[in-house]
Amino acid sequence: MAETDIDKTGHEPASRDVELFAHDTASKRLLLSPTVLLVIFLSVVPLLFSGYLALSRFRFVRGGFEVNFIGFDNFEKLLVGSQQRRFVGNLEQTPWWAWALIALFVAAQAVMAVQAVRRSPGHRVRTAVLRMVVLAVTAVLVYVAVRSLTGEGIPGTLVVTLVFVFLGVALQYFLGLGLALVAAQQLRGRRLFRTLYLIPMIVTPVGAAFLFRMVTDTSKGPLEPLWKLAFGDSDFTWVNEPWPARIAIVLADTWQWTPFMFVILLAAVESLPPELTEAAKVDGARAWSQFWLVTFPQLIPVSLTLVLIRSIEAFKIVDLPQVLTGGGPGTATESLSLQALLEWRAVNLGGSAALAYVLLFVTTFVALLIVNYGRRRAVARFT
Amino acid sequence: MSESTQISADPPKTVTETAAATEAQPGWGRALFGLGRNGGGRSRLAHDPLALSPRARAGAYAVLVAWSLIVLFPIYWMITTSFKTPLDVNSGPVYLPGVDFEGTTEAWDYIINEEPQTTRAFVNTVVVGVVSSLLTLVLGASASYGLSRLEFRPRLASVVAFLAGIAVAVATTIAGLAWQMGILLGLAFFAASIATWARRFEFRLSNDDIAFWLISQRILPPIAVVLPLYVFFQQLQLLDTRTALIVTYVGANVPIAIWLLRDFFAGIPVHLEEAAAIDGATRPQTFWFVVLPAAVPGLVATFLFIMVFAWNEFLIASVLTSADAQTMPMLVVAQNATRGPQWWNMSVLILIMSLPVILMAGFLERFIARGLLVGAVKG
Repeated sequence: MAETDIDKTGHEPASRDVELFAHDTASKRLLLSPTVLLVIFLSVVPLLFSGYLALSRFRFVRGGFEVNFIGFDNFEKLLVGSQQRRFVGNLEQTPWWAWALIALFVAAQAVMAVQAVRRSPGHRVRTAVLRMVVLAVTAVLVYVAVRSLTGEGIPGTLVVTLVFVFLGVALQYFLGLGLALVAAQQLRGRRLFRTLYLIPMIVTPVGAAFLFRMVTDTSKGPLEPLWKLAFGDSDFTWVNEPWPARIAIVLADTWQWTPFMFVILLAAVESLPPELTEAAKVDGARAWSQFWLVTFPQLIPVSLTLVLIRSIEAFKIVDLPQVLTGGGPGTATESLSLQALLEWRAVNLGGSAALAYVLLFVTTFVALLIVNYGRRRAVARFT
Repeated sequence: MSESTQISADPPKTVTETAAATEAQPGWGRALFGLGRNGGGRSRLAHDPLALSPRARAGAYAVLVAWSLIVLFPIYWMITTSFKTPLDVNSGPVYLPGVDFEGTTEAWDYIINEEPQTTRAFVNTVVVGVVSSLLTLVLGASASYGLSRLEFRPRLASVVAFLAGIAVAVATTIAGLAWQMGILLGLAFFAASIATWARRFEFRLSNDDIAFWLISQRILPPIAVVLPLYVFFQQLQLLDTRTALIVTYVGANVPIAIWLLRDFFAGIPVHLEEAAAIDGATRPQTFWFVVLPAAVPGLVATFLFIMVFAWNEFLIASVLTSADAQTMPMLVVAQNATRGPQWWNMSVLILIMSLPVILMAGFLERFIARGLLVGAVKG
């Protein structure tokens, strides 16, 4: 069972086929090299190129362009320079409990890191270094997130992207799981619902953005009577206030991607061996303990893969904010990808590439966290 | 119930079906294709303990219907909007055509007959979506098949040497040499490395490493690679062509295809191929007549999945195309003009571009469902 694509266990070793296929070098080259070459030239080479751009200033000059190496200036601009408020956000007037929250988080992480180092015989130094890196990066992310989301703080594109990812993926997962559990029951017409639920995934994200712009429109949208009831005659609109705008984007994303979670979780639920559930039911287990002790543990590997895949895709979010809110009000709904796109439109190619690298770094970091820590803990707890 | 009874009554003993049946372990990639055991007919007990009480049944239907409304309402609104006049839209919400507003086909007429870009954008979307997905499928399927059947043991040092060669080529080109010279230098560096220092390092990569590397490319944000690609395609004079889009989409989607298909090929038992080989089938024959039929459900689901991505993609298309190769999503965004969003036109465009895929998904769902029944033979 392939728990995740990053997992190395589960597949039978390829060497079992040695007798049939062993020295077939022609097939080997033919089968794999086109893909490998394509990926190298379309991903690795452009990435190296971007890396160079991120460290330089790009300018159009008469008859072409010039690229000057400037070191880490582009990153410096983002972190402490003129782009700081847009990228990191505004960290002001943080209340005491937010500081306490940060301290608590860092302390808890530190304790867990120490424990992990103690528990690992053999690779102590390696574990310690790895844990330190993880601790440092999560601490910085939590520090920025908590301070920019509390008090007078204003989240920058980094935190806004994280909000989109975590809120959106969590909503999609739980909705998808709930629907899958219901749709897996022995009901007539299950297949109709299953097909119906796929539709949002097929609508282009740009289209979904416009749909939600229509639905959330408080003067011409279909829910206008409802908004009038809720907000009276105030000229409230979803896209002109920071948090409502962000929520509108999360909801649109959820509408579009819950089906993905649903379809796969449904298939996973249906492929579970029925004997366990039946036994639990015969033994008189209530629905909740049936789910929590029998069904859910079996779904954890699939769930982690799903969360991983969706998070990776969600970090790239760009069409929704661009169309739904234009990144506004101000830069309140600007994701990292959107900021990079806008920088590129403004011919600041170096800044754009630097942002892309930050995004790549954060995505990889979160993905590795999900893979390593999420699974290890889940496995320890449930098996 | 009826589904599995039906199947076990059939004599399902062709090679394909047995193959797909034997591989129906609860693997998660296969779970996507619905090849797990089916919920219907799962119980062997006389009194089915999994049957729902009437009240629970009503609750379950309520939940399913509620979510259906959430799914369908925006779509209903889009359909009605496409039949509205600008006045209908701008003077507050109206809900039912023929009741609180007169339906008109003005927007449809405008988009289909008067807007000159519609046909071109639609053709572009179809060509780019279908061609890039087929290419992705071919590349992804052969790579996943190779990874599940052959043993690859490349030296890490050779890979490093190859990447260093590319770096040499890029660096010399940036430094001002002609790019042909850069490539030659890079190749020379690679060959020299292979012959000398790279031989000394014995560490080799495994199939899992290669698969992990290929799949992990999906983490790359498109924005990180699209800027250099813009420059490349500009140098090759391929900007604003369908070729550029197709090539880029294949590169972006091949990791998904491998991720989905690897599981599938790994689950097809090798002894089928061995039997075919003993019977004298050539390698291509074996692949074509034995392996591919067994993988059809996986291939169909993968195709659908990556085609949806390519069909709807916006960011890459907006950077690499400007007029001739524009796809439908860009046309949709173009309706957000200076006069404010043209909701009615937009709705028509979104409907036109989504309908083919929805129909295809409906059609292929049945196709996938057949794979699901084949999988149920075993259970």
